[in-house]
Amino acid sequence: MAIEVTPGMFSSQQVKPSMKAGLVMAAFTLLTLITFGFGGNPAIVTFQLTEKGHALSVADFAVSSSGFALLVGGLMGVITLVATALTILKRVVPMWLSLIFGLLWVSALLGWLAAGNVVPVSFILSNAVVLAVPIILGALGGVISERVGVVNIAIEGQLLTGAFVASVIGSVTDNLWLGVLAAAIASAILSMALASLAIKYLVDQIIIGVLINLLVIGVTNFLYSQWLANDGQNVNYPGTFDVLAIPYLSEIPIIGPALFANRVTVYLCFILVPLVWFMLFRTKLGLRARAVGEHPLAADTVGINVARTRFWWVTAGGAIAGIGGAALSIGNVGAFGREMSGGLGFIALAVVILGRWQPFYVSAAALLFGFAIIMRVWANQVSPGIPTDFITMVPYVVTLIAVTGFAGKVRPPAASGEPYTKG
Amino acid sequence: MKLELRGITKRFGSLVANDSINLTVQPGEIVSLLGENGAGKSTLMNVLYGLYQADAGEILVDDKATHFKGPGDAMAAGIGMVHQHFMLIPVFTVAENVALGHEPTKFAGQIDLSEARTRVKEISDKFGFNVDPDALVRDLPVGVQQRVEIIKALSRNAKTLVLDEPTAVLTPQETDELMSIMKQLASSGTSIIFITHKLREVKEVADRIVVIRLGKVVGEAKPTATASELASMMVGREVDLTVERSKKAPGEVVLSVSNISVRDDRGQLAVDALSLDVRAGEVLAIAGVQGNGQTELAEAIVGLRKLEKGSGEIKFKGANIEHKSVRHRLDDFLSYVPEDRKKDGLISEFTLEENLMLNQSYDDDRGAEFVNRGLINAKVLEAETEKAIKAFDVRTQGSKSLAGQLSGGNQQKLVLAREMSRPHDVLLVSQPTRGVDVGSIEFIHDQIMQERDDQQTAVILISTELDEVLALADRIAVMYRGRIVGIVSADATRETLGKMMAGIAA
Amino acid sequence: MTEKSKFQTVVREIMATSVTRVVLSILLGFFFGGIFMVLFNENVVATYSTLFTTPGDTFVAAFNTIVDGYGALLRGAIFNPEGRDLVAMFRPITETLRMAAPLVMAGLGLALGFRVGLFNIGGTGQIVMGLAGATWVATRMELPPVIHMIVAVIAAVVCAAAWGAFAGFLKARTGAHEVIVTIMMNYIALDFFTWMLRTKGLLLAATGGGTPKSDPPAATSMLPTLFGDMYKIHIGIFIAIAATFAYWLLMERSAIGYRFRMVGHNANAARAAGIKVESTFVWAMAVSAAFIGLAAANQALSNPGGITTSLNADIGFDAITVALLGGNSAKRIAAAGLLFGAFKAGSPAMQVVGVSPEILGVVQALIVLFIAAPPLIKAMLRLPEPAAEQKVVA
Repeated sequence: MAIEVTPGMFSSQQVKPSMKAGLVMAAFTLLTLITFGFGGNPAIVTFQLTEKGHALSVADFAVSSSGFALLVGGLMGVITLVATALTILKRVVPMWLSLIFGLLWVSALLGWLAAGNVVPVSFILSNAVVLAVPIILGALGGVISERVGVVNIAIEGQLLTGAFVASVIGSVTDNLWLGVLAAAIASAILSMALASLAIKYLVDQIIIGVLINLLVIGVTNFLYSQWLANDGQNVNYPGTFDVLAIPYLSEIPIIGPALFANRVTVYLCFILVPLVWFMLFRTKLGLRARAVGEHPLAADTVGINVARTRFWWVTAGGAIAGIGGAALSIGNVGAFGREMSGGLGFIALAVVILGRWQPFYVSAAALLFGFAIIMRVWANQVSPGIPTDFITMVPYVVTLIAVTGFAGKVRPPAASGEPYTKG
Repeated sequence: MKLELRGITKRFGSLVANDSINLTVQPGEIVSLLGENGAGKSTLMNVLYGLYQADAGEILVDDKATHFKGPGDAMAAGIGMVHQHFMLIPVFTVAENVALGHEPTKFAGQIDLSEARTRVKEISDKFGFNVDPDALVRDLPVGVQQRVEIIKALSRNAKTLVLDEPTAVLTPQETDELMSIMKQLASSGTSIIFITHKLREVKEVADRIVVIRLGKVVGEAKPTATASELASMMVGREVDLTVERSKKAPGEVVLSVSNISVRDDRGQLAVDALSLDVRAGEVLAIAGVQGNGQTELAEAIVGLRKLEKGSGEIKFKGANIEHKSVRHRLDDFLSYVPEDRKKDGLISEFTLEENLMLNQSYDDDRGAEFVNRGLINAKVLEAETEKAIKAFDVRTQGSKSLAGQLSGGNQQKLVLAREMSRPHDVLLVSQPTRGVDVGSIEFIHDQIMQERDDQQTAVILISTELDEVLALADRIAVMYRGRIVGIVSADATRETLGKMMAGIAA
Repeated sequence: MTEKSKFQTVVREIMATSVTRVVLSILLGFFFGGIFMVLFNENVVATYSTLFTTPGDTFVAAFNTIVDGYGALLRGAIFNPEGRDLVAMFRPITETLRMAAPLVMAGLGLALGFRVGLFNIGGTGQIVMGLAGATWVATRMELPPVIHMIVAVIAAVVCAAAWGAFAGFLKARTGAHEVIVTIMMNYIALDFFTWMLRTKGLLLAATGGGTPKSDPPAATSMLPTLFGDMYKIHIGIFIAIAATFAYWLLMERSAIGYRFRMVGHNANAARAAGIKVESTFVWAMAVSAAFIGLAAANQALSNPGGITTSLNADIGFDAITVALLGGNSAKRIAAAGLLFGAFKAGSPAMQVVGVSPEILGVVQALIVLFIAAPPLIKAMLRLPEPAAEQKVVA
């Protein structure tokens, strides 16, 4: 019974602490200083910090585009030095430092793109949040699943299922809450199929995930064209939840409207992220779940039922991803559209890794993608110096850099993707 | 607590791993379960621990029949187990590992970590374990991890502690410390089942010795029994591990390793400025407790592991081989039998034929013409495989069957057949008889001696088994913490070697 | 340095699937597809209200729906007895062959990756890169006939292979999992391709305006049709057959293929046997993607209308189903490609009879699901465990 800890699926090599993180940061800093700064456009860029008509209005922030880039680039340089110093001292570069770095770069990018134009900060932020919510919830499902050792490639299918069921049930019952509930249940059932095939029947988790995606895409496409498209008024016209502005909080400049004037699906997300974190890292159940994902045999020897633990956590993760799907249809668009998840599930998969299997970091990584999506929309309007396709590419490139270990060590749950059999 | 196993039988398919085994352990008693690899000791203990379900027989705790559906039940009944491969989660702290499965909780299902720490501290202080509850397990040395396992068991009020091959990974000092811990536990009323195949340890610590062989209890012995008595009970006949060996003068130095340093996977220096020479027609054994850098040394010679920058060099017949790839080393002069044959030595999903050409798949390889103009020559391959199967007595259904279906001994013979039948000057064998049945061991030893005598091969034998080392070697180099403690001739005593394995130069 | 490949075992089992089970999987796929078809068909739904009074009506309607639907599929994919003339009657089978060709080529590529233990989900990105290469040669270069075509095919193969090799390189160098790497590279490739199609001087059609679309390929670069203007089928099907043979020779008979399989089964043993595992990953991804590049060439050089972004990308995903259904055997991959090619060819005919051809996506996914998850079928039909599928207990 020589079952030993084997590395999980997403990184089979231990990456030694290296200067890679510093190098990547330095590259981005130089890019900012040279392209955005010295080679940039000195035209004025206006950061519009509050939307018109807010009680607490903050003056717009107008600055020379290239000057702003130099300033931000300088700050990025400082962070690069700190990170390098930490690496030399063999200390881990904290995630929040990388986050601040990323935020700085994004603002420099915005300033550069919109030289001579206006950057509607609040608009971009609030849209980024709304667009990020399905990714966050899908990724949360992925985090939960991988923490217990089941690789979940089927997030795309779970999102799509959730979106579809929420829309149909929401329309038929005329109750959006029932829609959300049904989305969670439907996606949970789908996850049970994934879980039992992977856990009980030991079918390869990646293959089964891919096939579940294909199946869900096939089924929803069929139902959409055969049923929803013909009978849309009755079965695919749920509308959306009302926007609920939390008094006072939503008046906070910049972040207020983005965070506190949203639909209930967004608030659900705000609750679920810390809840999942708490469950995984503070409770008895979470300790057992993580034990199962790290070393299932060890968990078994202290009397934890590995299969059952995996099954229920994966199911719960599926339910959360299903809510993510609901956030897509009845939380944003207002109806189901053909293949409306459009790859968000695969992005969520990347986000799980980018966020290092931690709910809060995962949320931050998902926001990056939310940003990227809304920026493409916005950038098309300001006609920037570079093709918008390259802007859209940024998060994928960032993910690629992250998973290939250039931005520091990434360690997945050790038994992720490993089926567990006794004896 | 009194524990009794009655008529335990466990089958895996057609294999009977345990055949109506009886075993009784009195409170405070240390019972040694002695047997060869594969005798069925671990299976029996996994049945006791509820990991396997017995096909027949019963378990009695304090004379009451019980049934363990899983480890949870066994633990509840007061049975604790320290597995050979530690059941610890490397990224958890000691306290979390100990708490896992019976976590103290507070409000909203939260883990009460301070309570968990206290538990660890209490037990650790009581037995002088000196374990930090907040340390991450992966940062702890092996010996300390083992104590964490013991704490884990004791924190569940284990009355009977099963230790499965606990000394395999320990240095002699750590082994001694473990022995005294065992005695201390026994005197405080804990029963201990101590599983091992090492005679010295058994004699030192056991109150009673139960010997099992091929799944059956073959007898009991007192610790006063002599080592050879115990050995013959264990193996089932008079063991003659001596090998016919001709006296002869070795030839030229063929492979010379000078002053090399190598790091292990974790970046620690595993081989530290080590030097040795091997001559044609001699067997140089590298002895030592597992984990003292033998694996890394072998991998460095093969080229699987880079030498530390600026450290020494490896020379074959006077020429530095640093620039040579693994493939070219293997093709030019080296035959290599890795210590973990399943992982490194063969491909279970391949046929015997496909395994035979594992390191000869290039057109210009020396040896048999398995590949011609980039295409596999099926006829040659089949013929050569049939030849090898005969010459090395590989018991199989045919050259087209899968290597994974062979028994351990036959797999090892297949690997040896491949390595010995291609042209080579140096044979590097690691743990050639680990997990191999006695019959095959003799065959394998004979083959190695033939290499030495008939082929004039320079043989490097890496083994943790002292018997094997003493039987085969012309010279014995003992490795400790990445260095050679000393090189002695084959007539060295066990005591000398034992001391050297603990790092004390002879 | 441990690299386990449970995945490989699974693929091997899929490969070891008996013919019976393949047939059963296909039948079950159609059966459940039929159920879906019936449940949501207007004619059948109309009979639900009288389900208990005249259940016969429902059954008749259901039966008719299935017969109509799958009948249309057969008419659209194999032989159409209702055709105006013989040419029209035989058109469906030529369409099936035409549609199957790229699926076979790409399916071979993915299957090759599987056998090296690489789950190449990057078919989409590699197709897109191949399309870019072929389209650029076909629309921006002027070369004599035949040579132009050959250069365009090579361009597609090289571009796709390079893109695949890069994914292999990232895996080999950093240990990042190829699934996530190839998914990210799919998106990057799509964005890159879109940009090329939208940019004047790169691929944007000379007459093109806002929509990202290329010029039609030059006549000199087009794959010649087999029957002139009578049928659309072109020499792509022969390229697919050649590719199938090449795959078989490479994987079953050659030393390179042997080493690929070695790495796929047990990278540690391969390393100890002197194989450079890392560069094998890179090469295997390159060869895998080269087959996909052939599919891209097939698409780019046979479409007289010019290339758009959305048109061909889904071949990458379809190819996964082909590879999984086909397992390790070249012949079976070709057969799987034909089956799913028939689905594509038969779609329009189903649309005509009022059954959404999207149902074929469901059938396709189900078939492969049944193949990949043997327990599903076993549970459903209580099949005995075939001896060939018993796992070797390690």
